[in-house]
Amino acid sequence: MAETIIPDRRLPVGSAGHLASGWWGMLTLILTEGALFAYLFFSYFYLASHALGQWPPGGAPKLDISIPGTLILIAGSIVVWWGERGIERGSRRRLILGLSAALILGIVFIAMQLFEWHRQPFTLSTDVYSSLYFTITGTHILHVVVGLLMLAVLLLWSVLGHFDAERHAAASIGVLYWHFVTVVWLAVFFIFYIAPRLV
Amino acid sequence: MEGSPSSASLRKTWEGKPGLAGWLSTVDHKEIGKRYIVTAFIFLLIGGLEALAIRLQLARPNQTLLTPEQYSQLFTMHGVTMIFLYALPVLSGFSNYLWPLLLGSRDMAFPRLNAMSYWVFLFAGVFLYSSFPLGKAPDGGWFNYVPYASLAYNPGPNIDVYALGMVLLGISTTVGSINFVVTLARTRAPGMSINRVPVLVWGTVTASVGNLLAVPAVSLAFLMLWMDRQAGTHFFDSAAGGQPLLWQHLFWMFGHPWVYAIVLPAMGIVSDALPVFCRRPLVGYTAVALSTVTTMVLGFGVWVHHMFASGLPILSLSFFSAASFVIVIPSAVAVFAWIATIWTGRPVFNAPFLFFAGFVLLFVIGGVSGFMTAAVPVDWQLTRTYFVIAHLHYVLIGINVFPVLGGIIYWFPKVTGRLMNETLGKWSFWISFTGFNTAFFPMHILGILGMPRRIYTYADRLGWGTPNLVVSIGAFIFAAGILLFLFNVFLSLGRGKAAGDNPWDASSLEWSTSSPPPPYNFAVIPIVASRYPLWEDIMDEGPERSSIGRGLLLDKGRETVGTSPLDAEPDVILKMPGDTYLPLLLSLAITVLFVSMLLHSRWGSYAAGFAGLLATVCWLWPQRALGQIDR
Repeated sequence: MAETIIPDRRLPVGSAGHLASGWWGMLTLILTEGALFAYLFFSYFYLASHALGQWPPGGAPKLDISIPGTLILIAGSIVVWWGERGIERGSRRRLILGLSAALILGIVFIAMQLFEWHRQPFTLSTDVYSSLYFTITGTHILHVVVGLLMLAVLLLWSVLGHFDAERHAAASIGVLYWHFVTVVWLAVFFIFYIAPRLV
Repeated sequence: MEGSPSSASLRKTWEGKPGLAGWLSTVDHKEIGKRYIVTAFIFLLIGGLEALAIRLQLARPNQTLLTPEQYSQLFTMHGVTMIFLYALPVLSGFSNYLWPLLLGSRDMAFPRLNAMSYWVFLFAGVFLYSSFPLGKAPDGGWFNYVPYASLAYNPGPNIDVYALGMVLLGISTTVGSINFVVTLARTRAPGMSINRVPVLVWGTVTASVGNLLAVPAVSLAFLMLWMDRQAGTHFFDSAAGGQPLLWQHLFWMFGHPWVYAIVLPAMGIVSDALPVFCRRPLVGYTAVALSTVTTMVLGFGVWVHHMFASGLPILSLSFFSAASFVIVIPSAVAVFAWIATIWTGRPVFNAPFLFFAGFVLLFVIGGVSGFMTAAVPVDWQLTRTYFVIAHLHYVLIGINVFPVLGGIIYWFPKVTGRLMNETLGKWSFWISFTGFNTAFFPMHILGILGMPRRIYTYADRLGWGTPNLVVSIGAFIFAAGILLFLFNVFLSLGRGKAAGDNPWDASSLEWSTSSPPPPYNFAVIPIVASRYPLWEDIMDEGPERSSIGRGLLLDKGRETVGTSPLDAEPDVILKMPGDTYLPLLLSLAITVLFVSMLLHSRWGSYAAGFAGLLATVCWLWPQRALGQIDR
């Protein structure tokens, strides 16, 4: 006969912050996505180290768009963090504001990236450097787009009133991914824009 | 327990819909696990038929049964099928079925993701075979080296199907691995601290972490190859600054950890099941668990031993050769643990024991030939010969197929409620074991005689005729053993002896519930006090006893307990999702996306991408039943 025992303390039920399975799932997703970028960077350095002649072929790329773009992404991470802190204290308004601001900043970043793509003198098929450039920044842009979709859906759910101080695991999980997208960009930025200036 | 009011309400909560609707929408790990095993076995049979066709062609010199083109496609699909569509999926099947039962839980951490990993695996398998009937199957060998696989030398759809199919399959592997890692970290029964989990769990979680870090390499390599072929990039094109060797690096950075991913869970099966037939606990549990992890960690640093003949600097070869030798140490730890378990136990020489003991012998032979080729000069002599074919079949069939067959006999009563026929089981072991060695041992000799791999025929005067004939005869004997095994499965499904809950008197939690287990696995969540919860009274190592029939009931909807990662202290009650079509729909959308990419259909890609997005949003929409919102 099965006997039931009652736990000696009351356990939280359902998606409770960092106890939610989704939070752990996002950590593992970030692990494998991080590995994907590591292999992209490995490919970049491998091909760069075998290059004959100048690398990058047209010299180091200009910083006039990439530096503001970097600052915009960092700002996005900060405001969305501020919004998440808000909902932890029960302020749905702060979460909505944070998500909206990050969403706008992310869209501006993508617009700047597309402009940067457009003005490059090379295309995807010019040479191996251009292939790497568009593939790596393109993979990052794809991740930004996924992050923006997450932020947009989270914004919708916030407006619908799905989150409060107790229940907002989905928001924390989405925000974590957005931070990951920012961190990956810092690596992309360093490798493409800063590293060629250091050698 | 069974029959009490609480179990009736649990059954109502956890049972799926009957019929096709239930079949397509289930998220029950037991259903998904069985499906994985059956599907992987069908792929094993397909890959086996391909191997037999190859062996017919090579049985005598100068045969013309197959054209060179057909031969290339057959050996490629044989490798792809066995390595990617059989070897890992069959182990995922075991782990999916067993994990929640071993861990004292009610389902995997992400039941819907579990269903999705199966559907994507199935669709990727079909995708990889889609061009086979057209005579345009992948034909560049399973490791698909450029430049042979690049557009200039291989203009048909063959390689595109392989490239996109592998990226698709990678999605299945990745979400499956995420599920295993989080399930281990979060949903063990209270008290099942990390040093009390079965070794199969160690093996699968090690493989899963390995996959999370390794699969992106191969997905990226195949994506780059597809872009080189279809979008004009130059990653592997030496004329524009690309490097063909980059393919080999990325492929083997994935490929070698993958080898461990498809053997470590199988070694875990043996570490858990063999001791049951030796009537004692595994010797050196901690050493075996740690050697499992160590093997994988080292496995990330040995990929270049697949590339010794590619002209890399000697310094780098020396490093990777040394690292490859070091792997012998954790492997030997496991081998000695199994031998010591048999030696100091009271072995019961029944069919599963034979499969597990046979595995130990084959592992040693495969290990020695691997050790030989880890030495650079030996490898230069033997690489690309049948010696390597012999080695990899000893390793993959020896370490994967034999434990899997033994594992099927071992857990068959739990899954079906009936025991498999013992006499047929023993016969199937001796026939397949004899056939296997007859088929693969002479390949060592053929390799030393210089027969290259992947040639579709050979001349009479080379003197390879007799060993090849022996190999082909052995292959058919091996196939007969597998067929007899399958016959035993079908016979025992209908007529096997009724098993009861614990027919082997085994020690782990899955044997404490009924055979087959109810949809909710356990009427109450057990509380674990030792590594061998069902042997505590026999072993009598202390006053502590696991509590099997007494525990948390958790019947307010689908629930299981969440516990802390190391000590397994309960910290949350997790709400589990019910049956849904969304995993199937999302998998279909992803598959249509890949088909559209293959056919260059822009609008198809957009439509599939949008459908996938919609399915994902529905999937994640916060639900009160899942405790994601209060209102």
